[in-house]
Amino acid sequence: MDALFLARWQFAITTVYHFFFVPVTLGLSIAVAIMQTAYYRTGNESYKKMTKFWGKLFLINFAIGVVTGIVQEFQFGMNWSQYSRFMGDIFGAPLAIEALLAFFMESTFLGVWVFGWDKLPKKAHLASIWLVAVGSNLSAIWILAANSFMQQPVGYAIRNGRAEMTDFFALITNGHLWVQFPHVFFGAVATAGFLILSISAFQLVKKQKHEVFLKSFKFGAFYALVGSVLVILVGHNQAQYMIKIQPMKMAAAEALWNTENPAAMSLFTFGDEKNRKDVFAIKIPGALSFLAYNKFEGEVRGINQLQAEAEQKFGPGDYVPPVAISYWTFRIMVGAGFLMLLIAALSLYKAMKNRYELKPMMYKIVFWSMLLPVVANTTGWLFTEIARQPWTVFGLFQTAQSVSNTVSAGEVLFSLIAYTLIYAVLMVIMIKLMIKYASRNVDDIEAEEAEHTVLSNA
Amino acid sequence: MDLNIIWFILITILFIGFFFLEGFDYGVGILLPFLGKDDRSRRAVINTIGPHWDGNEVWLLTAGGASFAAFPNWYATMFSGFYLALVVMLLALIARGVAFEYRSKKEDKVWRTRWDWVIFISSFIPALLWGVAISNLIRGVPIDENMNFTGNFFTLLNPYSLVGGLASLALFTLHGALFLSLKLTDELLDNARKTAKKLWLPATVLLFAYVIYGYFETDMFSKLGVNPGVTPIIAGAALLSVGYLLKIQKEGWAFIMTALTITFSTITVFIGLFPRVMVSSLNPDWSLTIYNASSSPYTLQVMSIVALIFVPIVLGYQIWTYWVFRKRLSTKSKLEY
Ligand code: HDD
Ligand code: HEM
Ligand code: HEM
Repeated sequence: MDALFLARWQFAITTVYHFFFVPVTLGLSIAVAIMQTAYYRTGNESYKKMTKFWGKLFLINFAIGVVTGIVQEFQFGMNWSQYSRFMGDIFGAPLAIEALLAFFMESTFLGVWVFGWDKLPKKAHLASIWLVAVGSNLSAIWILAANSFMQQPVGYAIRNGRAEMTDFFALITNGHLWVQFPHVFFGAVATAGFLILSISAFQLVKKQKHEVFLKSFKFGAFYALVGSVLVILVGHNQAQYMIKIQPMKMAAAEALWNTENPAAMSLFTFGDEKNRKDVFAIKIPGALSFLAYNKFEGEVRGINQLQAEAEQKFGPGDYVPPVAISYWTFRIMVGAGFLMLLIAALSLYKAMKNRYELKPMMYKIVFWSMLLPVVANTTGWLFTEIARQPWTVFGLFQTAQSVSNTVSAGEVLFSLIAYTLIYAVLMVIMIKLMIKYASRNVDDIEAEEAEHTVLSNA
Repeated sequence: MDLNIIWFILITILFIGFFFLEGFDYGVGILLPFLGKDDRSRRAVINTIGPHWDGNEVWLLTAGGASFAAFPNWYATMFSGFYLALVVMLLALIARGVAFEYRSKKEDKVWRTRWDWVIFISSFIPALLWGVAISNLIRGVPIDENMNFTGNFFTLLNPYSLVGGLASLALFTLHGALFLSLKLTDELLDNARKTAKKLWLPATVLLFAYVIYGYFETDMFSKLGVNPGVTPIIAGAALLSVGYLLKIQKEGWAFIMTALTITFSTITVFIGLFPRVMVSSLNPDWSLTIYNASSSPYTLQVMSIVALIFVPIVLGYQIWTYWVFRKRLSTKSKLEY
């Protein structure tokens, strides 16, 4: 176990964990803002209750999103110092801007929102939750700008032994960013939609048939459906984009060993990664070409050919990412996406017909469907990052070069264990609190708030 | 003045903002178990920083991000060099953020008391470690000709940096007590006042001891001379005046004075560093400076424009939030946390 190996595990664990909470923040902040806007417009108390109910869950999630983000901010310097030296000129800028522009905004106005219910005019209070939502999503754009550079370097020159920025606008108009951000964004909308849908179903079936949850169920189903449809459409675009800039990633995603024209899409491949061949596969002829170019012909390059091209360009080396992981993470994400589409559509149909009495089987499906977007988000990132290997910055800088040269394996092992333990404890605590607040009686919320004001002891 | 110098100043400003704001947050967290005798009063204490602590912490994130953008070699050397110390700090910050949010979300007594101690420990650790970190920056750490830190965790734990840690701990705690005396009423206010009075002397002694020690341990003396200039004198005088201001019950002024102490101590440290950002104890030529650690001129230009626009905006709305939540709290107030 060397420091590189451990640092990679630590990065993977801490980022995946951070990204359990991030999509909920991105999607739910907007959902809560919409609910409060409805309350502001109509004065209907049930919208206020809705805002408070989902707002509480939002806060429980947000807290962990914030503290796990802090680790991310410093991890580049701590574990990837060689990367930071090589890339800092470009990579530091979006990170600093993210903090200055977005983190300040979301965290300051979240404080205003939580504590400002009776201290601010209604309109200003409503504005504060919208600023939280905008701030969070701005932060996503900036961090993804940094990540997009790693997928597709633009606006730079290699000088003084490092990558230097030559064009800031190229960084924010990077084509990769503008397929990646919408995909992450709509994935987040779907994540929040399913959370609302599942918990509303739970309340309606197990607890109370309250107006708040009838409304929430419908809202959640709609939100989840919009997110699912769009994440799939954008995902398709993204795949077409990927074939152009990182053909190796697509070849790995499809376990396409050799160039084909027209290319077949794999439904199921059980392959032999070492010898680069299929053991057993079911394929649809021409489908991959169609996916790539919207027509049933067109060349899609395979792993063997791309490896040869890369060797010519970058010198001898292994330029093939782990194929099995790439192949399966991609399939799980896409599979989850289509399941989400189906469940969201069905739920919305039920809601439109006012048929909220879900049969036990249907209830189980709807309830557990909140995990689908989590699975898709996680596998999506694993795919994006792992299928880019061996590069950290595609075509420029490799993972093995990136790691801190002064941090020992023992030190990384210590931090890896410490983070994993504290994250595990936090996960248990958070789930317990989530369950507590998700199964609350909405009509008690007012009474609980009274407890905040009246002397309970002393 | 070139952009490297401007960025050095900007990062100084970000650290001032951070120490000033998070300084009292840490202080409040450290005092929590001692000031609030019952649950209700502890909640009042936490709620004084409730709306602000996260926004305050972002000053640190921005300072970190800005050093990455403007001086990537500084960011890389310091954060990988101080690895274990930072892990401990990060664990504390993780626990702390969650503790504020979760503490009052359950009626359970054991639950709440546990979180109170989490808040105490996780405020105590960074308040101490910041002094340690800053001291090591100016005292110098082993950095080789390739900008790599060659020491280990124990290199950072020397008597000088420990005195620095205690000084920052005491100063932040005093600052927190003064903040509380501006934000609380009734018997909680009395407690805060009493605490501040008790803390003043140890804080002053520690800070002065630290400064004197610094004359022997660092090259500040040769840089600043016998007459150290205005900044450290303002810092020291401000802290001295706190004792008097507390006696005549001018907590508002006393708080401004600890704020000045923090501001001018930070400035003194950064002046002492300038133009270096990390001192090499092996060879002066191997120190990291604002030139050999910096980004390209183009990046510095872009970042300057961004900072010039957004730092004032952020300052504006953060000040506004302190105005919105200016009302003093008591056990009878409406409490969110
Ligand atoms: C697509 C979105 C996204 C992605 C890929 C990341 N984050 Fe994140 N991050 C957010 C979206 C976000 C957010 C929505 O803005 C969060 C999550 C919950 C929250 O409180 O804000 C956040 C919080 C958050 C915070 C705390 C901010 C505060 O105190 O308010 C920091 C320092 C970071 N993140 C840093 C990072 C870094 C360095 C990442 C790269 C490895 C990263 N995040 C990945
Ligand atoms: C939140 C979503 C993200 C997830 C889940 C994620 C996941 C991962 C994983 C699993 C790896 C390890 C790949 C491997 O080593 O085989 C990795 C590598 C890496 N990612 Fe990401 N990533 C995310 C976002 C980002 C962002 C936004 C950035 C930069 C701004 C980034 C920067 C890096 C770097 C520097 C590495 C190299 C270290 C390594 O290979 O382990 N990641 N990421
Ligand atoms: C069903 C159709 C889907 C397709 C065709 C699709 C396509 C893609 C592609 C091609 C990538 C890699 C982009 C790159 O590395 O350049 C990706 C990444 C990703 N996907 Fe999907 N996706 C789908 C569904 C989903 C769903 C349902 C979610 C989550 C709710 C999701 C979340 C993600 C995330 C978080 C990433 C990593 C970030 C990124 O690179 O955009 N995807 N997806």
